[in-house]
Amino acid sequence: MRISARLAQRIAVTILGGATLVTLLALVYIVFFVLEKGLEVVSVDFLLSDSRDMGRAGGIFPTLIGTVVLPLLALSIATPLGICTSVFLTEYTLENRITRIVRFGTDCLAGIPSIIFGLFGFIFFVMTLGMGWSILSGGLTLAVMVLPTIIRTSEEAIKAVPRSYRDVSYSLGATRWQTVKKVVLPNALPGILTGIMLGIGRSIGETAAVIFTAGSSLRLPHSLFDSTRTMAVHFYILAREGISTENAYGTAAVLIISVLLVNLAAYWMMNRFIAKRS
Amino acid sequence: MQLKFSIHNLSVFHRQQRLLKLHELRIPAKEIMSVIGPAGSGKTTFLRALNRMNDLEPDFRAEGQVLLDREDIYQPGFDVVRLRRKVGMVFALPIALPLSIYENVVYGPRLSGVRYSKRLDELVEKSLKASFLWDEVKDRLKTSGLRLSGGQQQRLCLARTLAMEPDVILLDEPCSGLDPISTAKIEEALTELKDAYTIILVTNNTKQAARISDNTAFFLMGELIEVGPTKQIFTAPREKRTDDYIVGRFG
Repeated sequence: MRISARLAQRIAVTILGGATLVTLLALVYIVFFVLEKGLEVVSVDFLLSDSRDMGRAGGIFPTLIGTVVLPLLALSIATPLGICTSVFLTEYTLENRITRIVRFGTDCLAGIPSIIFGLFGFIFFVMTLGMGWSILSGGLTLAVMVLPTIIRTSEEAIKAVPRSYRDVSYSLGATRWQTVKKVVLPNALPGILTGIMLGIGRSIGETAAVIFTAGSSLRLPHSLFDSTRTMAVHFYILAREGISTENAYGTAAVLIISVLLVNLAAYWMMNRFIAKRS
Repeated sequence: MQLKFSIHNLSVFHRQQRLLKLHELRIPAKEIMSVIGPAGSGKTTFLRALNRMNDLEPDFRAEGQVLLDREDIYQPGFDVVRLRRKVGMVFALPIALPLSIYENVVYGPRLSGVRYSKRLDELVEKSLKASFLWDEVKDRLKTSGLRLSGGQQQRLCLARTLAMEPDVILLDEPCSGLDPISTAKIEEALTELKDAYTIILVTNNTKQAARISDNTAFFLMGELIEVGPTKQIFTAPREKRTDDYIVGRFG
C-alpha cells in the first residue's frame, strides 16, 4: 500500500511531535515531583543552618558549601587543561595517528562510569599521595572525570570556527597563537562554555566518586584538606539510610534549582557575549 | 623598470601531484598584473605561493625560487609573518571577521604592535578612503563588519589589507560574488592603488583583466602559457591557446 506524501507528512509530524511531548512531560514531571515534595521543607533557615543529628534535623549549609567548592575546584583545574589540550590538538597538530589515538582515548574516558574514577581517585589521591578524604582529592578526581567532556566539546567548537577566519588572520601576518587568541577562541567560546556547563552538571550530580575521595563529613570544611559532603551525596545518604525522606527531598529541590540557576546564568552570559560581538 | 617578484622554476605539489609548474616569471613593481585562465589552471595556487599561504595546507610543498625584492621567500628560516605583512591578500569571498568595522581594519596593525590610538585612527581613515568605503561607514565604525553588504565587506577586506601598509596586494577573484557597482568601485580603487602598490589580480573575468591591468599572465593546467603587456595579450597573443581562451572557445 502506498501512502500519499500528505499522509506521510502528517504521520511524521505526529511521531516527531509526540516524541518531543513525551520527553518534555517526563522532565517536567520529575522536576515537579521533586519540587512538590521538597519545597515544603526549604526555607532560609534550611539553607543557612548546620545539619544536626546526621541530617535528620537542621539545615544543609555544609553541603551547600561542599556543592559549590568541589565543582569549582574541579572545573578550575579541568577547564584550562581541557581548553589548552583541545587547542593543541586542533590548531597545532595535523590530523595524524597520534591525534586520533588521543581523541579515541578521550572518547573512551568520557564513557567510563564515574565509580571507576572514584576508585582511581581513592587509590591515587587519597592513599598514594596521602591527601586523605578531602576537598582536594575530590576536586582532582572530578577534574579528571570531566576533562574528557571538556576536551571533546571544546574541540568540536574550535573545529566549527570557519577555516576562512583563520586564513584571513594568517594572511594579515598573525602567528598561530595570535590567531588562536584573537579569532579561534572568541568564536568557539559559546561551544566551549557548553562543555564547561556539562562538566559542572556532571560534577554537581556526582555521588559515587565523591564519597570515595571527598568523604561525606557533615562538618563545615575549613581548608582544602578537610572532608566535605555535597548535596547529591547528602541526598543519597539521607534516602539510602532512611534518615529523613523530607530532608532528602528538600536537598534534591535545592539541587535542582541551583543547577537551573547555573545554567540560566551561563546562557545569559553567553548571549550577552554574542550580542556584544555582532 | 623595477622588479618586485622574480620567480624561477617554481613547482607546487600536493602529495605527489604537481599543481603548478612555472619556469620563469617577472612581476614589475607598482603595476597591476592580472592572472587569467580556466578553473583548475593553478591561478590560486600560484597566488598563494607568493605569500606562502599554501604552507598552511597539509601535504603542500613548494620547490624553486621566489625572489621578493631579490630575497628568496622559500629560503630556510625565512620569516613568514614578515612576508605576509609585506604581501597582503584579499580572498575570493568577502570575509569580514566577526568584529567591528574599526577592529577589522586595525587587525593587522594591532598584531604588529601598533598601540597608539591616534595612529590606528589614521590608518582606519586612510585605508577605508583608499578602498572607497569611508563615506559609507564613517559614522558607524563601531558596528559589526558582518552587517555590511557583500560588496562593502569586500572593500572592508581590501582596507584591512591596506592597513598593514604592504608592498604587494594579492587578490584572488575579489569580484566574483559582487554586483557591477561594487565591482566598479573595487576596480577604481585598484587603479588608484597601483601608484603605491604592486597588485596581482587573479580573475575569471577577462574583461576585468583587460580593463585595469598593465600585464597579463595566462595559465593553463598548472603552467604559465604566456605573459606580456595586457594590450598585446588581448590583441595579438603569441599562443593560439591564449587567443582561444580570451575569445571564449574554452574555459
